[in-house]
Amino acid sequence: MNRYRILPHTADGKFEAFGKTLEEAFGHAALALASLMWDWSKIEPRIEHLVHVEGLDREQLLVKFLGEIVYLFETRQFLLGRVSRIVIRPHLDGFALDAALGGETLASGHEITGDVKAVTYHELAIEDDWPGGGWRVQAVVDM
Amino acid sequence: MDIRKIGENTWEIAADAAMKVPAVVYSSARLLEDMRRDQTLAQARNVACLPGIERRSYVMPDAHQGYGFPIGGVAAFDPDAGVISPGGVGYDINCGVRLLRTDFTEADVAAKSKELLAAIFEEVPAGVGKGGVTKLNRAVLRDILARGAEWAVENGYGRKEDLERTEEGGRMADADPGEVSERALERGITQLGTLGAGNHFLEIQKVEEILDEAAARAFGIDAAGQAMIMVHCGSRGLGHQVATDFIEILENAFGVAGLPDRELVAAPFRSAEGQRYYRAMCAAVNYAFANRQMIAHWIRDVVARVLGTARGVDQVYDVCHNVAKVEEHEVGGRSKRLVVHRKGATRSFGPGRPEVPSVYRAVGQPALIPGSMGTASYVLAGTKEAEALSFGSTAHGAGRIMSRHEALRRFRGEKIRDDLARRGIALKSTSWKGVAEEAAEAYKDVDEVVRVSNELGLGRVVARLAPLGVMKG
Repeated sequence: MNRYRILPHTADGKFEAFGKTLEEAFGHAALALASLMWDWSKIEPRIEHLVHVEGLDREQLLVKFLGEIVYLFETRQFLLGRVSRIVIRPHLDGFALDAALGGETLASGHEITGDVKAVTYHELAIEDDWPGGGWRVQAVVDM
Repeated sequence: MDIRKIGENTWEIAADAAMKVPAVVYSSARLLEDMRRDQTLAQARNVACLPGIERRSYVMPDAHQGYGFPIGGVAAFDPDAGVISPGGVGYDINCGVRLLRTDFTEADVAAKSKELLAAIFEEVPAGVGKGGVTKLNRAVLRDILARGAEWAVENGYGRKEDLERTEEGGRMADADPGEVSERALERGITQLGTLGAGNHFLEIQKVEEILDEAAARAFGIDAAGQAMIMVHCGSRGLGHQVATDFIEILENAFGVAGLPDRELVAAPFRSAEGQRYYRAMCAAVNYAFANRQMIAHWIRDVVARVLGTARGVDQVYDVCHNVAKVEEHEVGGRSKRLVVHRKGATRSFGPGRPEVPSVYRAVGQPALIPGSMGTASYVLAGTKEAEALSFGSTAHGAGRIMSRHEALRRFRGEKIRDDLARRGIALKSTSWKGVAEEAAEAYKDVDEVVRVSNELGLGRVVARLAPLGVMKG
């Protein structure tokens, strides 16, 4: 199974990501987002940011989780290279997510290839009936 | 989508059961073909379903698919029965355009165009992840959010006259910095005075043709060959975060059930959440005004250094094309206060409106329409007709028709640079990939967009500008 695929979209960045579990699909979506801004496969997990987000449904949870990557890039110059220890659980009427994001900072000299401004709800999809078993998530980001 | 022609360059999507009003599309048959290829028309229809919408859901000639609202959409709502929506403003709050005129000619600039562009490139931070040179603390940032370009001028960035030639005088008085989240402040604090990336640019231009002598004279546009400078940028990460924050706040307060698109989430304008978004949005608008004010100041510094003087480098105008504002408009023969959303649309108020600066009140407000990279840009004048047609609004640019992905496949940044160089246009960028993504072919034909605007009277064309040098983030 591919981890993710970048899809064509007129104005912005669109991708789908896959996983055997919802957690895996979310983690791959984070890498897909990172791939629009830098080559995550070249980033070593030298520093770690722990993130916690809550959402009223899975869709809001995904938008907020991906939003963390944009926020950490702009305010901590953090370049995501690896997602680990990702856990999604029911919380209040919705969901909560915890994850460890590993990566480096801009100062390490990696090339930046794109600018993601925000994560949107446009054409956002989260499906658990992906052929072959597992989850497919799709998101569009504002660039 | 069932759409029928109801007049020259005018099309209507009749109201179905869910729509409160019809949608009206201002477009030529050719531009309409582009809109049919994406979700522009369906999005214009969705906007017409929102509570309290007045008159029509309007679509400008350069419209393309956005999130929730189309980009190039104009919609106004009753302040008591209607809503305000972050999706009707967009993520880049007060993305806008500032135009400076000069006393220099094309020949003056041509001799030093490389040097000039290189110096501006040095002075104005641009590109992804590029922070500003200005060290701010929270108290100062809050002051900027409250006072916009006024703060910038008071602190030595530019001239008092710049303010009267800026939409809203460079400051939206309803701003409340207290409604801007910690995260938005964090994103904004390092980015003030930066151009950003994507479709944002700074251009040295020449006046190619003057089409309305009287208005041109009023705007300080004197003759063909005159050098001009245009800046296109917005509120950077601060504005994006305000939009993100309030989409979540409104979802949590009002739910998402029944929305045709979650990006259409909206709050009653009079609700606590609606007012909070409005005041936070105004603060982000002010940040963007301050941003462009500082950039204009640095441009003057560079011009003075390279060309000997910045005398005559005066501001023509500064317009926002992503904003929601409370304005008076006629509805059913009566004047009424409305919450007007312009997303990828430029205000184009005609002669006599009190919002138009006194120096332009006889001819109408300058409406600035930037083209895509290497193509023409336009100066229009607002009209009385536009108030009746579109709540006083016109197009905002060329409008994208090709994905970045596809543009990258088809074009190479270095080749674009060489092609522009052959036409005498210098190019500086932080990223060749970014240049390829912004290739002119990825955009609609700005000449056609402006032709339609002019024919309809959404804005009267005053002058066409051609690029001499382009700086991209």
